[in-house]
Amino acid sequence: MTPSSLGGRLLAEPIREFGRAGIFLVTAFARMRFGRLQLGEILRQVYFVGARSLVIIVICGFFVGLVLTLQTHDTLTRFGAGDAVSTVLALSLFRELAPVLTAILFAGRAGTSITAEIGLMKATEQLDALDLMAIDPMERIVQPRLLAGVLAVPALVMVFNVTALLGGVFFSVYLMGSDPIVFWSKMQASVELGKDFMGGLLKSAVFGFLVSWLAVYFGWSAKPTSEGVALATTQTVITSAIAVLLMDFVLTAFML
Amino acid sequence: MTSSHQIEFTAGLFLLLGIAALVFLALHATDGGALKDGGYRVVAEFSNVGGLKARANVSLGGVRVGSVESIDLDPETFSARVVMVIGDRFRTLPEDTSASILTSGILGDQYIGLEPGGAPDMLEDGDKILITQSALVLEQLISRFLFNSGGEQKK
Amino acid sequence: MPDTLAASDSSAAAIRLDNVTLARGDRAVLTGFSLAIPAGKVTAVMGPSGCGKTTVLKLITGQLRPDKGQVWVGDIEVNRLRGADLNALRRDIGVLLQNGALFTDLTCFDNVALPLREHTKLPEPLIRRLVLLKLQTVGLRGAAALYPRELSGGMNRRVAMARAMALDPAVMLYDEPFAGLDPISLGASVRLIREINGALGITSVVITHDVAEVQKFADHCCIIAEGRVVASGTPDQLLDSDQEVVRQFMRGLPDGPVPFHFPARPLADELLAERA
Repeated sequence: MTPSSLGGRLLAEPIREFGRAGIFLVTAFARMRFGRLQLGEILRQVYFVGARSLVIIVICGFFVGLVLTLQTHDTLTRFGAGDAVSTVLALSLFRELAPVLTAILFAGRAGTSITAEIGLMKATEQLDALDLMAIDPMERIVQPRLLAGVLAVPALVMVFNVTALLGGVFFSVYLMGSDPIVFWSKMQASVELGKDFMGGLLKSAVFGFLVSWLAVYFGWSAKPTSEGVALATTQTVITSAIAVLLMDFVLTAFML
Repeated sequence: MTSSHQIEFTAGLFLLLGIAALVFLALHATDGGALKDGGYRVVAEFSNVGGLKARANVSLGGVRVGSVESIDLDPETFSARVVMVIGDRFRTLPEDTSASILTSGILGDQYIGLEPGGAPDMLEDGDKILITQSALVLEQLISRFLFNSGGEQKK
Repeated sequence: MPDTLAASDSSAAAIRLDNVTLARGDRAVLTGFSLAIPAGKVTAVMGPSGCGKTTVLKLITGQLRPDKGQVWVGDIEVNRLRGADLNALRRDIGVLLQNGALFTDLTCFDNVALPLREHTKLPEPLIRRLVLLKLQTVGLRGAAALYPRELSGGMNRRVAMARAMALDPAVMLYDEPFAGLDPISLGASVRLIREINGALGITSVVITHDVAEVQKFADHCCIIAEGRVVASGTPDQLLDSDQEVVRQFMRGLPDGPVPFHFPARPLADELLAERA
């Protein structure tokens, strides 16, 4: 398989890219000096990627909860297990849907804006300017965004969970007239804090890190032209989606 | 353009919102796990635990009073040794309480149902429940049924 | 043919490139290139597009390393520097990039304050005064609270100048500071470059195409073409040069040693060629 053959190109190029992304990440961490952690900058980034993503998360969360409950309610009542709706909703949300969907929505909304921002900074020589002022752009631009993602995504996932449950409650209790006490107590009995809930939280942190890493990397390595930045944002979304789903599989297998 | 103070404040609020959501969910949407009040341990031996798993419910009169902590095989008696954790709120279980492995609903999970006795002394941490009823195994049930009806037909 | 600057006065060269060779891919950008920039003066580095002017700048700042040869700033060999040493050198060199490259998410004030906050332990009130003074020098103290996008391109560049000067560097490098400026902003920039140079007693290197302005601000000029220095001297000396390339450049002649036509086959052949 030579680099110029089709197989070489299809396989070798992604592997090289992956390697570059890995080296980028290691460099970013190697240069992290804990005494100089730019807390203000991290919080700013948490605002931009986290707080600004709330609207879409809340809306999508509510509708996901609503639809999921709608779907399962029909099937479960047919088997006389209508009470299990809340359990099914909670388990699918906490373990899978909330972390994965939130991560992908985050990639689309915040990930692309990070990529575009860094790509544009590269194109307008702002990254060079930092270098020339003997300020490490990794420290000032990359690290805060990486850490902000790890903090923001779990918070977003929790909000997604809550709004989705509210969607479920809305459907079950207000539209279908189920007993809210049964709804909640069945859920409480069947959802384990450690295995189901914390597992989902762990996934959220991992996904947040993953998406932020990819978003920052593609922005950093974008060609400093308008096409380059556009391509980079596309790469962020696609690669994030694939990476999140892959990682989801790995983590789920590991946790079960 | 929002000042940097406003931005940082909003970010802080956002993170607090996330934490609040997390705490709400942990308390109201899960079983609470390790956060729940402590309990005391009680052992029971069964000849067959069927599909009973760790963390299964332990109920009395339909109310959840604890959970199964561990299931082990006693190497000498070859019976299953189940350790249950009963909540501290339920310290008034008589010593001769019985434990049965039951199934919730038709397709449901298996759980342990406790039936209180009438003894004056209470179960304490480390005590053993002596009266137990093992799980019903479907195959044994069927063969018993066939055996009986087969016996009847011989008449 | 003299490749190096014959010292026209007794001032030592503050910046020197000795026999530098640099190739980008398989294209040789500089070959055996030597350049000396005198201390304490404003030197203009000129030349046709793509001749390697920006490369020279990047060699001085250490952004590029030569394949062969050395780069000296004072008595520091730049091409050997790494990490913390390179950073220390960069703190002493102020660079004005072509479009200013101000940080769009910070106000003008914060832009200029950034190097002070990062590299000094000065208390905030003192930093505030320093920043305001720097902005005053470039005439933009009133715009301190504005964001770069709220200012014109010329103003952006002036703020960037203030930022480059923030740590009072020993060397100032300007990459095409006049490109695309209106005459008023241009005049302001020219004046600033001279003032900064005089006030701080530093060495300034200005990369520019603008022959007309060069006479107004440069103490010294070099013209780079074909990967080497083809002429150097005072602006007047260059105007009187008898080298063809220098004449073409200084007078803006469209054709000459630097050809008008991109290399191609003869026109007649192209028009008469049969399509395959």
